[in-house]
Order: sequence, then C-alpha cells, then structure tokens
Amino acid sequence: MNDSVHTPQHFAALFEPRGVVVAGASTHPGKFGFVSLHNILASGYAGKVYATNRDGASVLGIECLTSIDDLPDGDVDLMFVCTPAAANPGLLRSAAAKGVKAAFLTTAGYGEAGDEGRKAEQELVALCEELGILLVGPNGQGVVSTPARLCAQIVAPYPPAGGIGVASQSGNFVSSFLNWSCATGVGISRAVSAGNASATTVADLLDFYSHDPATTVALAYMEGIEDGRSVAQTLGRVAAEMPTVIMKGGATAGGARAAASHTGSLATDDRTFEGMCRQSGVTRAGTVEEAFEAAATFATQPSPRGNRVVVMTTAGGWGVVTADAITRHRDLALVDLPDDLRAEIDKLLPPRWSRSNPVDLAGGETRDTIPEVLGLIAAHDGVDAIIHLGLGIQSNQARMLREGGYHGPEGDDTWGIQRIVAYHERQDARFASAAAEISDATGKPILTATELAVAFPDNAGPAAVRSAGRLCYPSADRAVTALGHLVKRSRFLQRRAP
Amino acid sequence: MPRTLSEAESKSLLAPLGIPFAPEEVVTDPDAAVDAANRLGMPVAAKLCGDNIAHKTERGLVRLGLSNADDVAAAAADLLAAARDEDNATGVLIAPMVGGDRELIAGASTDEQFGPTVLLGVGGVLAEAVADVSVRLAPITDVDANEMIEDLQSQAILGEFRGQPAVDREALVAVLAGLSEAISAPASNGATILSVDLNPLIISDGRPVAVDALVELEEAS
Repeated sequence: MNDSVHTPQHFAALFEPRGVVVAGASTHPGKFGFVSLHNILASGYAGKVYATNRDGASVLGIECLTSIDDLPDGDVDLMFVCTPAAANPGLLRSAAAKGVKAAFLTTAGYGEAGDEGRKAEQELVALCEELGILLVGPNGQGVVSTPARLCAQIVAPYPPAGGIGVASQSGNFVSSFLNWSCATGVGISRAVSAGNASATTVADLLDFYSHDPATTVALAYMEGIEDGRSVAQTLGRVAAEMPTVIMKGGATAGGARAAASHTGSLATDDRTFEGMCRQSGVTRAGTVEEAFEAAATFATQPSPRGNRVVVMTTAGGWGVVTADAITRHRDLALVDLPDDLRAEIDKLLPPRWSRSNPVDLAGGETRDTIPEVLGLIAAHDGVDAIIHLGLGIQSNQARMLREGGYHGPEGDDTWGIQRIVAYHERQDARFASAAAEISDATGKPILTATELAVAFPDNAGPAAVRSAGRLCYPSADRAVTALGHLVKRSRFLQRRAP
Repeated sequence: MPRTLSEAESKSLLAPLGIPFAPEEVVTDPDAAVDAANRLGMPVAAKLCGDNIAHKTERGLVRLGLSNADDVAAAAADLLAAARDEDNATGVLIAPMVGGDRELIAGASTDEQFGPTVLLGVGGVLAEAVADVSVRLAPITDVDANEMIEDLQSQAILGEFRGQPAVDREALVAVLAGLSEAISAPASNGATILSVDLNPLIISDGRPVAVDALVELEEAS
C-alpha cells in the first residue's frame, strides 16, 4: 500500500472523475482506443470526455487533441491509456501537469513481457509515484464505476448499479462478474481489473472499497500473493468492514520448507491461504458462480442469526434433494419442524402436506397459501433461514399457453387461456415479492431457487425476484452453498463480537 | 544456520508454553535406563536422543512397549551402540508408553508467503494420505484454535471413540495456543523458532499428550 498515491482523492479521480481523457483513441472500431472511448460515451458518463491521437481525427464525434498538453487545466482527473509503452512516460508527465490524478493503463508489454518490460514497469511505477498519479494496470482491462456511470474498459459489459465492488487480477473475471450482474440484476458499484497490479494491487482496491460508501460487499479474484502477511492484514481489515468474497486461482509458489518438518509438508500453500481466509472472515469461493452468488447474497439478504434452515417447496423431489444438501453442509442445520409451527401450517393446508421439513405443500395450496405459509415459517423463533422452491412453475405453463397457438389475439379468449395466463403470472410475481417482503420484515434470509431463472429469465417468478432486488438462484444446491457462506460470516462476526 | 534440537531439548523448550508431555528421563547407560523405567512405570519407550536425529523411526532408533528390566537394558545398549558421530547423541530417552487409539499431529512452521503458521491435523500412519489439516496464521486466538478443531473433516474421531471419552477441546486449544506462542515470539537467548512438530499428539483418555517433539531453531547471529 502506497500512502502517497492511494489517497481517497486519488481513488476519487479513478472512480468519480470530473473528466476523462482517452489517450490513444482510434478511428478503427476494432481497436481498444475506439472501444474504450465508445464505452465511456455509451454508458452515459456525465463528465467531460476528451481523447487524443496523433493526427487529431474525429472519433465518435469527439475531436481528438494531438497532445495531452492541449487539455484544459484541471478538467480531467482520469487518463485512460491505450498507447504503446514507449509513449507512456511522456503522456504521464503531460497529464500530471494538467492535473490528472489517476491513470488506467491497458498497455501490454510491461512486466509480463520479460526483463525489459519489467524494467519499464518499475520505471513507470516510480514515475507515477513522482508525479502523484494513481497508476492502475498496466495490462489491465479497465475500470467501471456505476455511481459515475463510467464504463472505461476495452470490453463489454456495463453492469447495473449496486453494492458489489469487484477487484481482480484477471480482466476475464471482471467480465464474468459483470456478466453475472447483468444476468441476475444484482448490481456493481466499482470494478477494476488490476492488470499487472504494479502499483495498485487487488488488496489496495479492496482496502478502498472497505471505506467506499457506494460499496457494501467486496468481491475479488486473486492469483499469486507475494507479501502474504500484508495481504492478510488488509483482508482482515476489509472483512471486518464488509463481507469479502475471494476466488483464488493457481497455487502460489511452494515455500522452501524444512524437509524435516512433517507438518510443514502437509501445510500446502492453499491450506495456509484457506486458513488465513477463515481467520480473517473472508468468504472463499471455489468457482466464479459461487463467488458471484456469495457476493450477491451478501448484497441482498439479511444476515441470519443462526444456521437453522427450513425448506419450503411446492414439489417433493426438489425438497428431498435440498434437504440432503443442507444436511451434508457442515455449517447448516435442517431443523425438525417445530410442533407449534406444524400446527399453524395444518390450519392452512389439506392433511397430505409433508408435515415435516422440507415443508412440501403437495399441491394443497390455494390462492394465498404460499405467502401465508412462508410468513408463518419465517416468523417462527426456531427458524433462521428459508430456501424457497417451486416458484414459476405456473408461469412456465403460462408461457407455453401463450406461445402454443391457441392463445388468440388479445380480447378473444375463446379457450380461457388469456385469463389463466394472467392469473399464473400474477401469482408467481406475488409469491416472489412476498418472499422478499417477509424476509425484510423478519430479518431472515429467504433464498428462492429455480432453474427457470436461467431457462426462461422472463418467467414472472424469477423476473419478480430480480425486481425485488434479490438473486434468483439457478438451483437449490447453489442457494444452499450461498446460504452456507452467509451463515459462516454471521457466525464469524458473532464469535468475535466485543 | 537452522538447527534441530534434540527431543529432550525440544520438549523442555515447549513444556513451559503449556504443551503436555509425558514425564521422561534421559539416561546414558543401560542400568540407569532400567532405574528410570522402574521409576516411570513400565511399559516404557526408549529412544536415542540427540541434536540431529530427525528421523528416529526410519533409523530404528525407537523401541516401544518395553515391559521388563532385561528388555529395557538391551534396548538402551542397542540404541547407544547405534549412535553415529553426527547424531550428537546425549543418551537414551525413557518415557512411559502413552495409551490411546487416536493420533493427531500439531505443529508450527514459517510459511514463505505468510510467515508463522500453526497447524492441526489428523495423525497416524494415514496422516499424509487423508491430509485432514487446518492451518492458521500465528498468532491465533482461542476462537481461531477452536475453529481449527472444527475445520477437521474427521470430526468423528474427536467425539467419544472406542470406549474413550471425547477429546478435551480446551486442552487441544491450549496446545495450539502454546504452538502459536512458540512460533510468534523469540525463544530464550534470542533464537528464533522456525518450526515445531508434535507428532504424534496422542489422545489419551480424552487428553492430548505429545509423545515426540522436534524444534528447529535459527540461532541469533
């Protein structure tokens, strides 16, 4: 962590710049120098946008300057660099003179390209330090900041606004997380691919997020770790402030351990990293889906008080498999349905319902049963969280009815199809919003899972889950995994509460 | 230069930190070995003790379950005869046999990236095969230590087991706390402890007892 350039003012220049200049804009729509300028303009960024190129061409209606020296003084905080490495020192000096405080470098050919590149990269870091410029990259993909409607990156997508702050050692995984954000509607605050991370590391970015009012959850992809102690300290600080989810790729270089040390040889680097995560309250995820869904769950669900889970389902098999997954999960407990809760539910359902956990309604529901039963379960003191299955089945049939050739033009409802389609969709939307409302009212997580979220994202059920600002999990197993992370974090905080 | 301490020295360095060891004596001839075995109560184990003996079992320098004076005397004589110059042998260590069906391992080491760490794992002959271990960066809190125990997949062996009581978790937490202290703070005379191995840590009547210890030190220069 470099105190002189990692100040709140420098990060504000990166994430909330008053103006942005793209250095090395291109008229060729296949080039990064075009795409990045396009994305900045297309995402609706409200600040001043400038661009430079050698011949002063017009790109997307922006008259390019031929030199950074022609920028007005103090108008631009962020320089987005798409120029070759050789041009960069001069650009940075000129930019600093114009008041630029942050530079994002997409330029490749630095540390990843051998000894010469490493030397050039060290010089770059020293120069930015001297100029007081926050350097991000080089060899990075870009920076996204939804509060500023800024999409300064050389690829799509631009995600919806939300609370998740992404920092990644790989641009690909920034894209993955942003794509999942677009798919699920759970939004992003900031996202940065740190590239070679020569001056600003993933840990530095997470440290900023932990103080950033726009960010409520930190999500990171990390590879090699050089100074493990310092990273551990930063992660501990960040995770004390907000849920912090990390996916780690690759094993770090094996330590030179004493061959005699039996226990030392058992403690692989990965176990040490794992232990560090457990100790600092970091949520570790093994896959990109798990990482995004854990972050999205932290961003959208309340923190559970304990680990007692009830499954509510409208169909048997799903409930059984979900019960298995909860039972196998070391941090979750499938509670015995409390007698008083069973008696309450008895009043709402015909006798064939499961009368146990999973609460299988067995098709016994009438118009209001689902929200009512969900409400009873959530209100019970012996329950900490609910997995809700079976949403969207009726709307899926409604879709088939609509598309099946018998639907008829609006107002000509010969077969009564239009009326039932509208009813099914209204009901599923209602169940989804009821789940979110009950969760809010009781402060207990309710996770809704159905593959319809992926198969038919427009299905009224999953669509309403998204509208309620929650994640519709594509399978019960993934909901159980996400809930496990929520429970572990909550237990971590409780055990260490002062 | 890092150097390893003898088992007896390792134990005397760790005992004040709360690591539980069985009583033991280091003797230098067969007659004294028999006297020690009588004092400690047979059956006993006899091991060659010296600075640089890291692989006692592999070299056949450990004799277990010696239950009469003749066996103890013979074992002591054999072990002393097996000592090589480089072992820096100081004698034969006599200790009572510690009974227990469950073995854990515990240790501390210095990770290249993360610095001092503490480890707890399932021990015994299958330790490496099952690789059920939990690691934390030192220093650890008691909450961390409890979570290390929880992390082990083989929770069944921590409960009641073959007629023996459940593992005393507080006692195990104390072992981990002692290891954390050993690896975090300089040892006496300014030396730095680079690693500690307690292998095995036998669960005897529910309580952990370290029957072997190996400390690796970096002397102050």
